[in-house]
Amino acid sequence: MNPGREETLTTDGAPRPDTTPPAIRLVGVSKHFGPVKANRSIDLSVRPGSIHGLLGENGAGKSTLMKILFGMMRPDAGRIEIGGRPVAFRSSADALSAGIGMVQQHFSLIGKLTVVENLILGRAATGFVGRWLRPLDLESARRRAIELSERLGFGIDPMARCETLSVSARQKVEILKALWGGVTTLVLDEPTAALSPPDAEELYALLQNLQRQGTTIVLISHKMPEIMRLCDRVTVLRDGAVAGEADVPRTFADPAERHALEAKLVRLMIGRNRPEVPSRSSHIWPSVLSVRQLSDGERFGPIDLDVRGGEILAVVGVEGNGQAQFVELLMGLRPAAGGSITLDGRNVTGMSTLNRFQSGIAHIPEDRHNLAVADAMSIVDNASIGFVDGAPFAPTPFWLSRRRRARFAAGIVRRHKVRAASIEGPVTSLSGGNQQKLVVGRELSRAPRLMIAAQPTRGLDIGSTAAVHEALIGLRDRGGGVLLLSLDLTEVFTIADRIVVLRQGCIVGETTTAEADIDRIGSWMSGVEQEARP
Amino acid sequence: MSNLLTISLVISALHLALPILMPMLGGLISERSGVMNIGLEGMMLIGAFGAVLVTYFTGNPWLGIVGALVSGVFSGSLLALMTVTLRGDQVVASAAINLIGAGLTAALIPVIWNVDGLTPSVAKIPNIRVPFLADLPYVGRIFSSLGLVDYACLALVVLVWWVLFRTDAGLRIRACGESAESADAAGIPVVRTRFFAVVASGVFGALGGAYLSIVTLDMFQASMTQGRGFLALAAMVFGKWRVWPAALACIAFGFADAIALRTQILWRDIPHELLIALPYVLALLALATFVGRASGPAGVGKPFARA
Repeated sequence: MNPGREETLTTDGAPRPDTTPPAIRLVGVSKHFGPVKANRSIDLSVRPGSIHGLLGENGAGKSTLMKILFGMMRPDAGRIEIGGRPVAFRSSADALSAGIGMVQQHFSLIGKLTVVENLILGRAATGFVGRWLRPLDLESARRRAIELSERLGFGIDPMARCETLSVSARQKVEILKALWGGVTTLVLDEPTAALSPPDAEELYALLQNLQRQGTTIVLISHKMPEIMRLCDRVTVLRDGAVAGEADVPRTFADPAERHALEAKLVRLMIGRNRPEVPSRSSHIWPSVLSVRQLSDGERFGPIDLDVRGGEILAVVGVEGNGQAQFVELLMGLRPAAGGSITLDGRNVTGMSTLNRFQSGIAHIPEDRHNLAVADAMSIVDNASIGFVDGAPFAPTPFWLSRRRRARFAAGIVRRHKVRAASIEGPVTSLSGGNQQKLVVGRELSRAPRLMIAAQPTRGLDIGSTAAVHEALIGLRDRGGGVLLLSLDLTEVFTIADRIVVLRQGCIVGETTTAEADIDRIGSWMSGVEQEARP
Repeated sequence: MSNLLTISLVISALHLALPILMPMLGGLISERSGVMNIGLEGMMLIGAFGAVLVTYFTGNPWLGIVGALVSGVFSGSLLALMTVTLRGDQVVASAAINLIGAGLTAALIPVIWNVDGLTPSVAKIPNIRVPFLADLPYVGRIFSSLGLVDYACLALVVLVWWVLFRTDAGLRIRACGESAESADAAGIPVVRTRFFAVVASGVFGALGGAYLSIVTLDMFQASMTQGRGFLALAAMVFGKWRVWPAALACIAFGFADAIALRTQILWRDIPHELLIALPYVLALLALATFVGRASGPAGVGKPFARA
């Protein structure tokens, strides 16, 4: 997999004796936010030139630890050494000048600025005249950006505004930005969370390339496959503490060895064994949803599609091929230009979103922050959003019973194992995975006939993903229909019963999961020519 | 109508535009750094008052300008303290600056001068001519009626544009206004940068006020700014947070003001109040119609704190 590396490493045990000091060494780092201990006395040592994995579920404290390393937060206790020398970073500027670059989980680019402006932001000039009066040397920065971008095989237009770039292009700009100041250590926080599988592949190749050029890399992830594939050594965090460490050999003599290591890491990460893969659907009922010749008059449709009771139908495709439009059409957020939508034999095409909810559609939106939860409101409020006529909280639409809403929210929290300190707290006090479980629980409590789940597990860890899958499968087993829109083919193969492929707003292929061939689906997704944007 | 559109109209339009132009620059710097500042009106009043106060006691209007600068630093620091350091609500805090500016200055007039409403007259900034330009044919009249102070104001417009959009410091300020978190990740001291920008907006607001009190007039009068701080904000929105379009908007307001004054003299039977309202009506119409959906810097109004 990585021909540049010949030495064999031990699978486990103490770090090898090494004369060169570690590129990064954290000793006893602790950080708490109020009563929550995000990091509990963490020790971490990263060998120069290695790819070091930091594995853990959401909320395990990975991002906090890296923010401390990058100078964006100060630890309550503990010390940091870079190349053997103790450091105390006051801001990320200090970390950058010590040769540490970071690619944040949430993109840190400023959309209104150009690529070049983002790259030189905060480090272009020194001195009063240089900073306040001398014009920015955008021209030499542009040349440097092109050179760096070509060396890494990016092909990015440095004068483009960042908001016009695709997700994967922005990710590349993030990496350019992190490498800009000549860093020797690159930290990437969940770099593939927002990438489609081919873009992720490209990133893996790039990271291996950087490693060959001598860069030390810390990869934060909760995805087992990428950890197993890229890392030389991995540290597992759970509940803010180091749960264990292991070396990852490049080659395994025996696949069983690989599986044993994977199982061990998962156990360390989630504190129990990997969740079971659920069974297939047993019984198929008549159609819940029938879509005929539906189009938005622009780039979507016309399409025909049926979701039967007791089945999970997955709609897959490269991002931006009409998935968002499809969901909006079904939910009544976008008017249909033609065609019909029938739910349980009732025509809902002209109905308002509210009436569609009442007819039995529920929706787990893709964009949790903008569509699914109101960040500033409490968990109770968020649990009862969308029950606009008051039911089930009060006998009339003009009254909401506090007690009943609290009981309702507590029910969702309990049933879906949402880890919440208090249901009166703001929804932002929950980790992403727990927010999503709350949303799923709320939507299921509408007792829907059809659940539209748009990327319901994007960015979630293994435990939360399993919980969401279990909930969707439960609905299916009770005879409901699930329309799953996902970019994650592993997820699709795990829980879907049937798959349709969307490309440029049209259905270009259909298969049952049992007979599905991943290469065939890939060729449907990419079309005859390699030209993605509709 | 020919009496209306003369070269002296252009001159008076420019003179009326400058006290809107200065606070507009202040608002622009502040909002570009991510702090909403609707307190320009109050900052102008404090600056106008400071200028007259210092001129009255020293007899030197140039020291009056220094007084305006100091009072601008005061009002800007006050707003920065409330919004940037203590992370208070930016709308409420800058509205408080307006109330403080109007109330404090009106209350201090009787305390200092024992009169109500307006101060005694003080020395004005002399109109220093700039040679050569005034000798140009035709447009020479415009230049000859502009003094050193007017040129300095126009130079400030260029300076603000240059710093904000051509230098590293400007990039840092704009980054703080678009996304404080991203700026922080890039190693920019967000709190310091925003604090500076808000203080600068106080200084520019004060300069606009001083222009009214010791350049145009020779005294301070309670509420003498008459909403120019808000017109400046409208011009900023009108220009979509860019220096030159916003400056053009200020000049358009100056013209509206000049035309209102001129018509008042030419046609006495048009109600005075309607004409005075002209620039404000223009601002309303502009904002409601062809400005469209203007969106400012993305980070405006969001206080920044590290976890």
